[in-house]
Amino acid sequence: MWDAYLFEFVNFYLIPGLVLGCIYALGAIGITLTFGILRFANFAHGEIMMSGAYLTWTVMAIAGYAGLTLHPLVAMVPATFLVILLFLGTDRYFYKPFRKEDTIKVVMASFGMMLIIRSLVQVIWGPNQIAFVRGIAKPNEALRDFTGNIGAMIIMPNKHLFIFAGTLIIVVALGYLLNRTRIGKAMRAVSDSPDLAHVTGINVDNVIRATWIVGGICAMAAGVFLVMDTQMLETTMGFRMLLPMFAAAILGGIGKPYGAVAGGLIIGLAEELSAYPWIGGAPLLSPGYKTGVAFAIMVVMLIVRPQGLFKGRSF
Amino acid sequence: MTQPVLSLNNLKAGYGQTEILHDLSMFVNPNEIVAIIGPNGAGKSTAMKSVLGLLNITEGTVELNGEDITDTPAQKVIEKGISYVPQTNNVFVNLSVKENLEMGAWTRPNGVEERLEEMYVLFPDLAEKRNQAAGSLSGGQRQMVAMAKALMVDAKILLLDEPTAGLSPKYRGEIFGTIQKIKETGVPILIVEQNAKQALGVSDRGYVLVDGANRHTGTGAGLAADPEIARMFLGGGH
Amino acid sequence: MEAYVGYFLYLLSLLTVGGIYAIFALGLNVQWGFAGLFNVGIVGFAAVGAYTYALLTTASSTFHIGGFGLPLPIGMFVGMVMSAIVAGFIGLICIRLRADYLAIATIGIAEIIKLILKNETDITNGPRGVNKIPRMWEHFSEERFYSSWPMSWFGTPENWEAFFDSLPNWYWQPLFAGTILLIMYIIYRMLERARTAPWGRMMTAIRENEPAARASGKDVTRRRIEAFVIGAAIMGLAGALFAQHLRLIEPTNTFDPAKVTFLTWVMLILGGSGNNRGAILGAFLIWTIWSASELVITGAIDLISNFFSTLDPSILQTRAGFLRMMLIGILMQVILQRYPSGILPEVRPASPKADNKDAGSTGVTK
Repeated sequence: MWDAYLFEFVNFYLIPGLVLGCIYALGAIGITLTFGILRFANFAHGEIMMSGAYLTWTVMAIAGYAGLTLHPLVAMVPATFLVILLFLGTDRYFYKPFRKEDTIKVVMASFGMMLIIRSLVQVIWGPNQIAFVRGIAKPNEALRDFTGNIGAMIIMPNKHLFIFAGTLIIVVALGYLLNRTRIGKAMRAVSDSPDLAHVTGINVDNVIRATWIVGGICAMAAGVFLVMDTQMLETTMGFRMLLPMFAAAILGGIGKPYGAVAGGLIIGLAEELSAYPWIGGAPLLSPGYKTGVAFAIMVVMLIVRPQGLFKGRSF
Repeated sequence: MTQPVLSLNNLKAGYGQTEILHDLSMFVNPNEIVAIIGPNGAGKSTAMKSVLGLLNITEGTVELNGEDITDTPAQKVIEKGISYVPQTNNVFVNLSVKENLEMGAWTRPNGVEERLEEMYVLFPDLAEKRNQAAGSLSGGQRQMVAMAKALMVDAKILLLDEPTAGLSPKYRGEIFGTIQKIKETGVPILIVEQNAKQALGVSDRGYVLVDGANRHTGTGAGLAADPEIARMFLGGGH
Repeated sequence: MEAYVGYFLYLLSLLTVGGIYAIFALGLNVQWGFAGLFNVGIVGFAAVGAYTYALLTTASSTFHIGGFGLPLPIGMFVGMVMSAIVAGFIGLICIRLRADYLAIATIGIAEIIKLILKNETDITNGPRGVNKIPRMWEHFSEERFYSSWPMSWFGTPENWEAFFDSLPNWYWQPLFAGTILLIMYIIYRMLERARTAPWGRMMTAIRENEPAARASGKDVTRRRIEAFVIGAAIMGLAGALFAQHLRLIEPTNTFDPAKVTFLTWVMLILGGSGNNRGAILGAFLIWTIWSASELVITGAIDLISNFFSTLDPSILQTRAGFLRMMLIGILMQVILQRYPSGILPEVRPASPKADNKDAGSTGVTK
């Protein structure tokens, strides 16, 4: 049963697809929350992810000078605060002035922010690639031996285990926040109807702040997980992620965080599996077109079911 | 003379530049149900929204228990104890009934659990549906949720914008019954209604609005019996 | 004398590129200014126009499909048509949805177009791009043009060669710049007519009060798709002119969203969305700032690196480019917040039915 084909499929297509899916999922959570609660498509989301990864790298580098070797997941914590500040600052100075106006102005402002943040990162860190961590990631031996013994060998480096575990923790925590806490319920309420939330007396400004913080944490995790996986920092990576994340958010239904998670996993899997030789020996779709898969899914979704799989808001 | 809970004094207000209320005065006394009736476009809902600070008030004042609350932002008005139930989209459809009520209690400092239980007594239908999404309920039940949600705070006054619009006669009766029960708990109610006859039937007093100003004032029964008003609004069976 | 020629040519190049951007901005104005459609995939439409033009008009090449050596105007026209077709496809899917979706879809289609250009190496020569794209007026001095009709009717190839040798090698520059400005002017006049015609008034009505326009029986979606397609066709034309100006196009750097999409947006917003003159003014203004600041920064960096020999001027140079982009981004935010109507605010076309107090008052900062 666990023949060479299945081994190859699981280890070289399915698992990378899930890893990518986790990253998209985390990014899409932020997008879907902002879209649902603040009612606009935030084009700067990918860039904030990207800047978070650069900040994490910087924290690691500074610690490195001091003789400390920090794991990215540790270095990520101080960097997260900076990213949250970046989100809140952006909102305060660039998005809030348009709160009472047509939302397309905020979309425009976020489009401008996309360029500003990317240019800023390019000014500070330069436009060239930076190695995030060096060396080849070796598969986790315990997992390999254990699965090898039961006849279904899985070779997965530690970084992927961290990504899966991290995503799971964040998604569970998010579920708790949204369903069990007062502010989380209020976030759902504002997403449902901002006008009603307003006349119900809910402090919408606090809810918006909470949204940026939650979105910031998820974006941060997505950015760091991405560079943990690719081991490479690039200033274009945020923009590259943007389309799949939007696709995931739309696929899952705008304003539905769990939808975004499902959408992210589906898009990630679809991108990786599109390169699997389903028919004959050649990849079904040239790997160069991976990004196109996300776009194609999004376009089909917009035609067939713009409210998404989980019946999100359709405008 | 008792001090009114809520009073609107010579109000001129509108959206942006468009003035809708030209000279509006009304008040609600403690333990009163007051109905605002009038033809479409007379400014009935606008009058209500002006209380909440959702409008541009150019002249006149709004007072709550003698305190001037003109142009106070909605959130502050609600914190001061004015509860408002909009005509449409008045429940969070993706939240459960219980969560809706919890959101209603946003400005309530404590005692939320106790208040929830009181609401389940006042609205027995909601008790068994507390964990259902509000969006899955019928129109009448949603209206109940919306009213319960508004009562989660210690409201000084409850504003209802056309609570029976689009409901079947059975539910209409039920809603008006509930409104009287709410009054018995000591909360005065200002109600905007299309169903003028029924509304005046439960009201202590009523105002007839035409073109953004009050045309007639009187007791509920008195207005209902007024032949001119009957001819104007009540004849059509609405 | 040489120096004056240098300044003259710099001015011409400002006019050339400024003119091309002005055409982009006019195209965007149809979509955004007239119809309120948020297109952030300008670069995609530019690429479609540019590549179509390039493949149709270049001489036969082994690197990419064709070139078909077709006359230049045909290349430009087909470029417009192709761009319009892409826009029609996007428009049919997204225009009935909220503006944000159109924004996402346009940014997406721009990326997909670039993906195709990069991956279909047999057709487009992939990342290496298409070279030797004929440029208007200059192309007459290429042998394949003067040795075939209609030029061959008027002189032998030898005569033509001698003729072009006698001209200064920049002879085409004023002609090229002039042609671009002429095209820009023609588009401007056509759009002005469209704006004051019933079509334009209807667009304004739809943008300002969609439910009312819908209720009065107007086919809002259709009108919007029209505006989107017309705007995209203009962008396709600008893309073809862009390809002529550059002569070598490739998918990544030539069609950088920051330099095409974003700059065009800043130009339109600064000049005044909804106002065709504003679009042109904004384009020339921003392009002059953009181009002049490059000179200033280069000069400053040369100066600095003279004092601090440890600095690598090339690194400073690239970083300064990004700093410039960032400043343009901040400029856009400032305009959006403080001067939302731009330098030349929109003037509403006088309508026979509109009451006087309304006319001309929109777009003014409140």
